[in-house]
Amino acid sequence: MNVMLLFLAVLGAIILWWMAGQRLTSKPWLEASAIQVAATGSRDVPGLAAKVGLYVFLGVVGALFSLFISAYSMRMGAGDWGAMPIPTVLWFNTVVLVAVSAVLQWARIEAEDGRMEILRPMLALGFTLACLFLVGQLQAWRSLIADGYVLADNPANSFFYMLTGFHGLHILGGLVVIGRTTVRAFANDIPSARLRLSVSLCSIYFHFMLAVWLILFALFAGWANDVVDLCRQLFS
Amino acid sequence: MAVVLILVLLALGSVVFHILSPWWWTPIASNWSYIDTTLIITFWITGTVFVAVVCFMAYCVYRFRHKPGNRAAYEPENRRLEWLLAAGTAVGVAAMLAPGLVVWHQFVTVPDDATPVEVVSQQWLWSFRLPGADGTLGHAETRKVSAENPLGLNTDDARGLDDVIIEGGELHVPVGKPVHMLLRSVDVLHDFYVPEFRAKMDMIPGMVTYFWFTPTRTGTFEILCAELCGIGHSQMRGTVVVDEAADYQAWLEQQSTFTQLVASGEPQTTD
Amino acid sequence: MVEIPAGSASAIPAAEVADMELYHPKSWWTKYVFSQDAKVIAVQYALTAISIGLVALVLSWLMRLQLAFPGYFAFIDADRYYQFITMHGMIMVIYLLTALFLGGFGNYLIPLMVGARDMVFPYANMLSYWIYLIAVLILVAGFFVPGGPTGAGWTLYPPQAVLSGTPGGRDMGILFMLSSLIVFIIGFTMGGLNYVVTVLQGRARGMTLMRMPLTVWGIFTATVMALLAFPALFVACVMMLFDRLLGTSFFMPAIVEMGEQLQHGGGSPILFQHLFWFFGHPEVYIVALPAFGIVSDLISTHARKNIFGYRMMVWAIVIIGALSFIVWAHHMYVSGMNPNFGFFFATTTLIIAIPTAIKVYNWVLTLWRGDIHLTLPMLFALAFIVTFVNGGLTGLFLGNVVVDVPLSDTMFVVAHFHMVMGVAPILVIFGAIYHWYPKVTGRMLNDTLGHVHFWITFLGTYAIFFPMHYLGLLGVPRRYYELGETAFVPPSAHSLNIFITIMALFVGAAQMVFLFNLVWSLSRGRLAGGNPWRATTLEWQTPQTPPAHGNWGKDLPVVYRWAYDYSVPGAPEDFIPQTEPARDIPTREVVA
Repeated sequence: MNVMLLFLAVLGAIILWWMAGQRLTSKPWLEASAIQVAATGSRDVPGLAAKVGLYVFLGVVGALFSLFISAYSMRMGAGDWGAMPIPTVLWFNTVVLVAVSAVLQWARIEAEDGRMEILRPMLALGFTLACLFLVGQLQAWRSLIADGYVLADNPANSFFYMLTGFHGLHILGGLVVIGRTTVRAFANDIPSARLRLSVSLCSIYFHFMLAVWLILFALFAGWANDVVDLCRQLFS
Repeated sequence: MAVVLILVLLALGSVVFHILSPWWWTPIASNWSYIDTTLIITFWITGTVFVAVVCFMAYCVYRFRHKPGNRAAYEPENRRLEWLLAAGTAVGVAAMLAPGLVVWHQFVTVPDDATPVEVVSQQWLWSFRLPGADGTLGHAETRKVSAENPLGLNTDDARGLDDVIIEGGELHVPVGKPVHMLLRSVDVLHDFYVPEFRAKMDMIPGMVTYFWFTPTRTGTFEILCAELCGIGHSQMRGTVVVDEAADYQAWLEQQSTFTQLVASGEPQTTD
Repeated sequence: MVEIPAGSASAIPAAEVADMELYHPKSWWTKYVFSQDAKVIAVQYALTAISIGLVALVLSWLMRLQLAFPGYFAFIDADRYYQFITMHGMIMVIYLLTALFLGGFGNYLIPLMVGARDMVFPYANMLSYWIYLIAVLILVAGFFVPGGPTGAGWTLYPPQAVLSGTPGGRDMGILFMLSSLIVFIIGFTMGGLNYVVTVLQGRARGMTLMRMPLTVWGIFTATVMALLAFPALFVACVMMLFDRLLGTSFFMPAIVEMGEQLQHGGGSPILFQHLFWFFGHPEVYIVALPAFGIVSDLISTHARKNIFGYRMMVWAIVIIGALSFIVWAHHMYVSGMNPNFGFFFATTTLIIAIPTAIKVYNWVLTLWRGDIHLTLPMLFALAFIVTFVNGGLTGLFLGNVVVDVPLSDTMFVVAHFHMVMGVAPILVIFGAIYHWYPKVTGRMLNDTLGHVHFWITFLGTYAIFFPMHYLGLLGVPRRYYELGETAFVPPSAHSLNIFITIMALFVGAAQMVFLFNLVWSLSRGRLAGGNPWRATTLEWQTPQTPPAHGNWGKDLPVVYRWAYDYSVPGAPEDFIPQTEPARDIPTREVVA
């Protein structure tokens, strides 16, 4: 559970930082009638709720992967672990996913500036690249299976397929959203507030999924072994 | 006022029930009387708190129940009182935790002179293995389990050849000598539980778990399985007999070793 | 007038929901069935949860009948008995309590109490209910598949849960159980995001965090915890499905199943237990924290006194929520894990008793010098305190590692958790229903029927579970289909079992009185008016009762004070609604 506890510690720090600004030590019974509502800009920020919602959701996804990784590191300690090779195509996939992230970030900037003629191809490109990533992942599975690394042979294999599978499902979900956003971008003449919001949500989501992928990749490649070992020793 | 009366009766009734209850722990047969002591301390502290809280509540209901014209007091908080209560609770908690941790330290520290006794569980049968003349147990694993070798001993390990194997029969242990129980399972989770010994521990396939105790009186005790292990869970019983040293030796000499079992071709089952 | 430091102003979100995209139902279907109105979704959640809860109640009768009269009812064989206990536990903990507190009360109360028109993502909210319903249907379908539902115990420990010695292990039962849980978690996440973000972003003007009623604090914290804890169950379920269907060895070591070597090897059953309890322990507080919050409001309202030590109550909720993530292994003291963990987890577990005790003290201190109206919600709140204190204190036995050794896996554990997370939260649910039913329907529940229901439920459950502790102390193990001839168990213990069963049947039957009351009062109950309890919180200040779609007429409410202005000296009435500005002080906005 080491990795999960680490994740929770980070999350806890964020929550604590947020709470520190909420005047939790005030004495509300003394403050009757001081309307404690500042004329802040926050209520005019469109889509703030959606953004907060996305961040909370990413917290849940982060918890999910932290738990998977915790299980990975705990299971790794058993004697029957046999690390598997990294198929070359994974390097290519990583580059593609970085590109998706970059393209969506660009699209976000274009959406803010209202340049539809660049936004549209950017979104379409992001969509295509994300599809390419998924195809690449499938290709990685196929080449591993061809080399005889099947799911149930070794826990390392099982974790590889399960984790890439779940990561892929999350990318697939994101793909649906980019798809809808792209269609909307082609249907509108000017970037509405809603479209801008969608584009920025997409980009945040894909940055996060990229980060998750990089961590998983480091885990599969064995670079994170030292860290995992350290964590394991720290907590036992 | 029925509420007040019932609340008070409930608190006092619980205490009376506790005192008069014919259902109490079984007479102890191991060295873990410390566990019983810690339990008694916990009973005293928690019982006092329970009665105090419920009676205080009943008093409040009696004294401050609504009557026409009444008005509640206005008191948002009282930091002194709150911290005082918190501190008092902390003291109570420490009074339970401290002896608990001390005893736990003893519980997990196996004395060097403890005799190893292996318990192997399967659905739904207890088997046992005692070290032979060499005083150590040979290596064993689930992968080696077969009809001829029900406990999965490693035949290449010479230390295991003289091990005494009791499949499905009674376990005997000598009184007054610490026993290091090594627990193993070949299929699902089980839990070696003898109420009179107070100690229990899960048995996990693929692992060896342990606990230790010193039997303090002779007698015959029932072994129960305390971790759900399938439909036969409640029928999974065994017997452990605590003997005087001489009786124990006499019993031990009648048991077969692993080599004898293999030689006889078929393992005997007493079950 | 309180000065607000400039820096903090932006941290007090005053998200007035622009009167925007409130969704308007166009047909009967979208208004009552596929509704996006949180109030309708709440009722849907509540009715579904109560229905499936009744199934679990019947299952508990059947298992109690077997325990009291072993072998007398031929159809309850060992297979069925283990299926009954498994489904009873799983339904009660997840499909009833979690769903009812968060999906039911959360949906109804959060938007109303924080002064929002609805949840922030109404569509996801609707999906959340329908996915929950699918999860319930998969669960129920498990009863009808060949081999029946799983009988692995609600903890579903592998390897036992997927092997042939357990009902449903090699059949479909376990697959249905795991799938249902996975679906439930997906649905819950959608709802949970709503509850959290609505509290963060949907609050009315003036509703600072420290002006929120404790009910909202409880549900909010519980939801945050649930969002972080349920993934652990999700991971555990997925990995077990892999083991069962695809032959992986996450949790499966080398095993000889009924004399036959299996292909698995190297897996760790303890890993599952860590994942399961990493969810399972926070789950206890996911159920308890909403109950804590709600009961605080019930006591305060019906004792006409502000909740004592509000700040401490808020901090305690947050601290309990945080601590509950580092105590999980106290369910595993005798699991064979590294015994040194025992020191750490016993310490954290007993520390958590301190904030919990503070909450109890503050509840009873709220009664002190109050003006206690012994209404039904108040009675249930008092009963909750008794039950919760009792169950909480026995938790100190089980949390203290060495005391747990003789008691763990005995009936003492069963009695403890039923008292603390079965009966206690259920009593709060009843109190809450008697309290908010007038808001939901516009009519009061019948008082006489309510009293009958209350006394039987409170005293009956106490009579069931208090003596049960002593069976555990005696050493009677839990999850035993039949005790048979056991030397250390005296015949009197058997009489006690019969007594407990009779009480259980009786208490169960009393719930029919409650259900009848729910239905009967819908048309015959006394008209309630908008604020029958003379309460301060926002949900009682709605222009219509029951609240209309969108909750608040034309303008959103503005909040001027905290939720507990009861019996304020000098005020004409013994309560001041949160929407009431002070007359003597001119109101003005503080501009950052």
